[in-house]
Amino acid sequence: MSQTTEPIQAQANFRNEMNRVAKKKESPLVKSFKRHWELYLLVVPPVLYLLIFKYIPMAGVQIAFKNYSVIQGIWGSEWVGLKHFVTFFQSPNFWLLIKNTIGISVYSLLAGFPVPILLALALNELRNGYFKKTVQMVTYAPHFISTVVMVSIIILMLSPHVGVVDRLFAFFGLPMTNFMGIPEYFKSIYVWSGVWQGMGYSSIIYIAALASVDPSLYEAARMDGASRLRKIWHIDIPALVPITIIMLILSLGSIMGVGFEKIYLMQNPLNTSASEVISTYVYKVGLIGANFSFSSAVGLFNSIINLILLVIVNSISRRVSENSLW
Amino acid sequence: MLLRQNRIKDPLGDRVFMAFNYLFLTLILLVVLYPLLYIVSSSFSSSRAVIAGQVWLLPVEFNLKAYASIFRSTQLMMGYYNTIIYTVFGTIINVALTIMIAYPISKKTFYGRGFLIILLMITMFFDGGLIPTYLLVKDLELLDTRWAMWLPGAMAVFQVIVARTFFQTSIPEELGEAAQMDGCRDLRYLVSVVLPLSAPIIAVMTLMYAVGHWNAYFDALIYLRSESLFPLQYVLRNLLILNAADPQMLANTSQQLRDQGFEQVLKYALIVVASIPVLIMYPFVQKHFVKGVMIGSLKG
Repeated sequence: MSQTTEPIQAQANFRNEMNRVAKKKESPLVKSFKRHWELYLLVVPPVLYLLIFKYIPMAGVQIAFKNYSVIQGIWGSEWVGLKHFVTFFQSPNFWLLIKNTIGISVYSLLAGFPVPILLALALNELRNGYFKKTVQMVTYAPHFISTVVMVSIIILMLSPHVGVVDRLFAFFGLPMTNFMGIPEYFKSIYVWSGVWQGMGYSSIIYIAALASVDPSLYEAARMDGASRLRKIWHIDIPALVPITIIMLILSLGSIMGVGFEKIYLMQNPLNTSASEVISTYVYKVGLIGANFSFSSAVGLFNSIINLILLVIVNSISRRVSENSLW
Repeated sequence: MLLRQNRIKDPLGDRVFMAFNYLFLTLILLVVLYPLLYIVSSSFSSSRAVIAGQVWLLPVEFNLKAYASIFRSTQLMMGYYNTIIYTVFGTIINVALTIMIAYPISKKTFYGRGFLIILLMITMFFDGGLIPTYLLVKDLELLDTRWAMWLPGAMAVFQVIVARTFFQTSIPEELGEAAQMDGCRDLRYLVSVVLPLSAPIIAVMTLMYAVGHWNAYFDALIYLRSESLFPLQYVLRNLLILNAADPQMLANTSQQLRDQGFEQVLKYALIVVASIPVLIMYPFVQKHFVKGVMIGSLKG
C-alpha cells in the first residue's frame, strides 16, 4: 500500500512544483515586479518630475490658442483659435524679430562652427607636451564663466574711454566709439564673444574623434611620404566628418532658438533694433507685459519652426551621408 | 631622384606648417588669456590708474581697496550664501533623480524601459516653453521660494542618457547576476556596487550640474522677488550690468562716490570674486569634464 502512495505523493509534489514554475512563467511582468520592486519604486520620483514639470507645461501650451484669464485658469479660458498667431504675423515686429533671430544664428553658426574644428586639428598636430596642455587648459576655461560675468566683461572691455578696446582704437588713432550702443555692431560682438568663450570647450568633441583615429593610418601615410597637410586632408578630416555632421544637424535644428540669457543681458535701449529676438520678445511681452497667451503663441511658433528644421535637416543628412540623429 | 627630392622637400614643408601651427595656437592662447589677465590686473590696480588707462597687463599701483569694499556688502554676501545653498541642494536633487531613472532604464529586465526612454526623449524635442512653465510654478505656489530654484530644472535628460550609457557599457552584467545569486537586492546592489564603480561619471555629472547652478540667473529673474533669496549671479547682474551700485560698497569712499574709476575697479573685482570658486575648482576637474563630454558624445 505504502508502495503505491509514495509515487502519488511524489507526483503531487511534482505537479505543485510545475504549477509554481508555470505561474511564474505566466506573467514575467509580475515576476520582474516582485523581484525588482525596488527599481520600480526608484523610478517614481523622476517620472513624477517629468510628468509635472515637463508634460503639464506641454499641455499648458494650449493657452496659445486661448484668451488666458487668471480667474479661469489654463483649462477654463475661452478658445480663440489662431488669433494670437495672426496678430503676431501681422505685427510690425514680426519681420524684425525673424530677421534678428535668424541673422544672429546664422552668423554664430558660420563663425562659431569652423573654429573649434580648426583648433582641434591644430592641437592634434602637437605632441602631448606642456604647450598643448596649456593651450587646452586656457581655451577651455572661459566656458565656465557665467553669462552675467561674460556680458559684464564684454561691456567693460567695450565701454567708451575706459574700456581696453576703445583705448586700443585710440592708440591707433581711431575715433572713440560706444560699441554697445551701435546696432550694427551688436551681432558681431555677440557672435565673436561667443566664439571666444566656446571654441575651446566645443573642440573637445573633435579632439576626442581625432584621438580615436587608427595610428596605423598615420604610419602608412608617413611611409608613403605624405606631408602633414596631406595627412590632415586625407586622414583627419574624413575622421571628423560623422561627428561634424551630427553637430551641424543639432545647430541647424536650433537656428531659431537663439539663447535668451546672453542677448537679454547685452540689450540696451540703443541696440534693441538689432538685438530683439524671439526669446527676449516672449519674455518681455509675456512675463513683463503679462500677455500670457500672445507670448505663448510666439514661443510655440518658434519651437514648431525649430522642430521642422531639425526634421528636415536630419532627413537630408540621412539621405546624403547616412549620418543622422535617429 | 624624384623620391629623394620629395623626401627633402616634405620635411621642409612640414616644418613651415608646424611653424604656422605654433603661431596660430600661440595667437589663440594670447587672445583667450589676455582679457582674463587684464581683468585680474585691473581689479588690483588703483582707480586712478584704471581711469587713466595705464593698466595694460600687470596691476598698476597695487591695492586691495575694491576687494575690501566688496566684502562689506551684505547684498553680495547674501547672494553668495544663497548661491551656495542653491548649488549644494540643487545638485544633490539633480544627481539623485538622474541616477534614480538612469539606472533602472539601463537594465534590460526592467519593464517599461522603452516607454520611459520615449518619455524622456520627447522632452528633448518639445517643451511647454516659458509661459506655461511659469504658470505651473505659480499654480504650485512655488513663486518666490527656494523650491522654484530647485524643482523646475531638477533633472537634465542629457545627463540621464550619459549616465545610462555609462551604466550599460561599464558595469558588467555578470556582476549583477552574481549579486542576485547571493540574495542582494537591487537597491543595495546599486548603492554598494554600482555607484562606487560609477564614481567618474557621478563626478562629472555633479560638476556639470553644480556649475549650472552656480552660473544660473534666469530662474531667479523669473521666479524670485524677495531680495533675501537672490543668488549671486542675480545680484551681480544688478551691480554690473544694471549699474545699481550697492551703497554699502561705496561707504567710506564718499569722495570716490562720483569717481567712475572706483566703480570700474569694483566691477573688475566683482568679476574675479564671482568666478573664483569655479576657476579654483577648474584645473582639478578639467580632465573629468573632458571625459564627460566624450561619454556624452559616444552615444547621444
